[in-house]
Amino acid sequence: MTKAFADKVVIELTVNGEPVEARVPAGQHVVDFLRQDLGLTGAHASCEHGVCGACTIRVDGSSVRGCLMLAAQLDGSDVWTIEGLSDKEAIRDLQEAFIARNALQCGFCTPGMLVAAEELLAQGGVPERATIREHLSGNYCRCTGYEAIVDAVETVAQQRAGQVQV
Amino acid sequence: MTVQFGNPDRPNSYIGKTVPRPNAGRLVEGRGKYVDDITLPRMVHVAFVRSPFAHAKILSIDTEDAKSVKGVLRIFTGADLAKVCTPWVAVLEHLKGLKSPPEHPMAMDRSCWVGEPVVAVVATSRAAAEDGAALVDVDYEPLPVVADMMTALDASTPVLHPEMGDNLAFQRLHEEGDVDGVFATAHKVVSAHFKTGRHTGVTLEPRSILVDWNPAEGQMTAYHATQAPHMVQTVLATHLDVPESRVRVICGDVGGSYGIKVHVYPDEVATAAISKIMARPVKFIADRLESFTTDIHARDHEIEAKIAVDANGKILAFDVDDWTAIGAYSVYPRTSAIEGNQVVNLCGGPYDFANYRAKTTVVFQNKTPTCQYRAVGHPIAVAITEGLVDMAAAEMGMDPVEIRRRNMYADDAYPVTSPANMRFEGLSHHQSMDKLMGLMDYDALRADQAEARARGVHRGIGIASFIELTNPSPFMYGIGGARISAQDGCTVRMDPDGSIVAMSGVTEQGQGTEAMLSQIVAEGVGVLPSNVRVITGDTQVTPYGGGTWASRGAGIGGEAALRSARALRDSILEVAAAMLQSDQASLDIRDGHVVDIETGAERMPLEELGRIVYFRGDTLPKGLPRELVQTRHYITSEYPFAFTNGVQASYLEVDIETGVVTLLKHWCVEDCGRIINPQLVDEQIRGGIVQGLGGALFEEIHYDDEGQLLNGSMADYLVPMAGEMPDMVVGHVETPTKESELGAKGAGEAGTAGAPAAVMNAINDALRPLGAQVTQMPFTPERILRALGAIED
Repeated sequence: MTKAFADKVVIELTVNGEPVEARVPAGQHVVDFLRQDLGLTGAHASCEHGVCGACTIRVDGSSVRGCLMLAAQLDGSDVWTIEGLSDKEAIRDLQEAFIARNALQCGFCTPGMLVAAEELLAQGGVPERATIREHLSGNYCRCTGYEAIVDAVETVAQQRAGQVQV
Repeated sequence: MTVQFGNPDRPNSYIGKTVPRPNAGRLVEGRGKYVDDITLPRMVHVAFVRSPFAHAKILSIDTEDAKSVKGVLRIFTGADLAKVCTPWVAVLEHLKGLKSPPEHPMAMDRSCWVGEPVVAVVATSRAAAEDGAALVDVDYEPLPVVADMMTALDASTPVLHPEMGDNLAFQRLHEEGDVDGVFATAHKVVSAHFKTGRHTGVTLEPRSILVDWNPAEGQMTAYHATQAPHMVQTVLATHLDVPESRVRVICGDVGGSYGIKVHVYPDEVATAAISKIMARPVKFIADRLESFTTDIHARDHEIEAKIAVDANGKILAFDVDDWTAIGAYSVYPRTSAIEGNQVVNLCGGPYDFANYRAKTTVVFQNKTPTCQYRAVGHPIAVAITEGLVDMAAAEMGMDPVEIRRRNMYADDAYPVTSPANMRFEGLSHHQSMDKLMGLMDYDALRADQAEARARGVHRGIGIASFIELTNPSPFMYGIGGARISAQDGCTVRMDPDGSIVAMSGVTEQGQGTEAMLSQIVAEGVGVLPSNVRVITGDTQVTPYGGGTWASRGAGIGGEAALRSARALRDSILEVAAAMLQSDQASLDIRDGHVVDIETGAERMPLEELGRIVYFRGDTLPKGLPRELVQTRHYITSEYPFAFTNGVQASYLEVDIETGVVTLLKHWCVEDCGRIINPQLVDEQIRGGIVQGLGGALFEEIHYDDEGQLLNGSMADYLVPMAGEMPDMVVGHVETPTKESELGAKGAGEAGTAGAPAAVMNAINDALRPLGAQVTQMPFTPERILRALGAIED
């Protein structure tokens, strides 16, 4: 790391609804900041190239790769991780559907997968299975083969649209 | 009292039901605890300087600049670690002739593959350790590289380990019957050349270990993402000179394994050695490039094979010549000869034929070591077998299902011994095929294929029957001298409030081990599954066992759990009989209550029994046993392995303009014996299928002629994504093994075993009218276009 990357930057932001102030190295990635500095270990570092989606979090309403964004860029942002979404019960139905359908095995991709799925579900309506598959193609899962995940997301979309009983 | 599996209305009937996984709740909330989530006081981080050359002499190592990086504490070379850690040699005595040189945790005077650890830099943060590693100056003298498998034994090829004499690690020839005679006279002989792509597991959680040596206690604690904690305990104890009782391996949540995390990796042992030197916790988490260059690779095979059939399509003989290259060292302690050995054991597996020759040649080369990855050897053997069977059917103008029906072992033929000397206790090839035909509506699919063909759309149907090796006995590793347990154990305990704790030697990496164990223990004792707390992955508290690999968790660990649970039930009822002044045989336990076995009338909650035993033992008859902790172990003894069987089908479309394959649908019917949790089994099958589909269509590690790895990131090494995977229909036939009361065999590898062959056969079914055929995995658009003659350069 060159000196410029090591230089510290002061940021103020909101994480899971709580105010955070920090001095971060300019070169530090968001996922490392969350995991190492804030103890939020739900987002996982895996490919570190923005390919696999295991570090997906929500920043200012959008899904973001925690390994492709710098912590220094978070100044003024509103960040939500799996921990906060869980505490707030914001995606309880989706989490329950994942458990019921066994849409997770090792669980390493799951927090990122849930954030990505919620981004699609938040658009409303009941997406086609192909649309769900396409939307989740930036989130790798090596365990499930994806079908159970697609089933769970589809079920929640139908529930939210009032098409099936919860 | 035995479990009445035939009666779904029996009390406590949790075995065979879908119950939720106890650990899923925390994982969906991001409350999992993977190794990298753990931070210990005084913890430091290690980063490795790795060889940039496939083969090079290490002339000198200059660490001065690295030491100046803020946060860097210590720097170690191979020689430094050799002072506290003995080398290992990965051979097995029953694999005659297998050889491999001693391997140290870090390269000593020579590096043998790109990625081999050479220098370790320890710092207060991973970032500082990486900064330091970047400044270590290693002076290498490049040596001649052995990169090509097929010329590795040529006289003109340099010998990688001169002290070994040649580059041959292992060779095995198995011959049964009159192979040459049959091929000389057979009605039809079909031969083909197959290649399977070198690939790797790509666990989303990289390899991870955190080792804490506490010299004041003489205790080493390793938090490790592993499938076999007791094996790791033994290895660390052996090579770092600590008693096994003083090595505790804790395996919490593991982010995917698939066989990748069942091996001993030099950098992980190095981490333990460094902890022993520095006397503080040391963490190593592989980054993604390290994963690609140092996680074991697999499936790097090239095969020449042929089949002989008679005029009725009856298989007369297989002849298989398999080659594989395993990198520079056989991997400890399972060895890298097993995969080739499995190819010899498994080819022709489903079929009743008499003449068989198979040879595997295992060579050294300057690449990442290969070893066991999910469905070890199976995808290769199934591709060879099923590819040849389809080609023979096509030559004869016979339907691919029909030729299989004429050759599969009859369902009432068992027990049988195959020409490869594998012993099958009971399989269901015909029943499975019948079920598959129904699920996929084979005739309708053929009609759809013909209709598409008329429109110029090229669709193909591929079938692949297979056998899968599960529940291994000591014949897999133990008899070869490896300290790898084929036995497993479970301790079941009743706490004072009547809740149950079960501690098992098998481990959880997401397949649902803990759910499966909770169901078995719940049924065995007579409580709700939610009242069973399952603990796995801690060598300090669980009985010594093998862990989870080779699809042994349910079959071996499950049976141990059932036996320990039944033993606890008997202990509880012995006390209950005394308290209730009843005959023990007249009592049962249901939903946490002692009940009358005939009427089901509740006699006493377990909580009351717990209160008396733990706090008012004075009120029980003197001398009455009150052992509310029971341990049982289980090991198979009748058969070396419990074979399962199944059949898969793929329906796909090949775009002959672009060479792109679109998977339309996939089916699998599989027989893993007693199913403990239908949903978990189905999802093991689906996940396994998709790993097989990855190998068939996308996954391949590329090296250049100098042994440089060319695709070391997830952007360059393709794995299946949601958008390109099909929906999968899964069906079952249940032929329980008679070796255990539970009757469970494994299910973890069936999907991966059969999927690549099914896809290959489907592609070739689509291409056959065009006169094209592919046999080299993965079946990339380029390879398909080449087969079609659309690319020729």
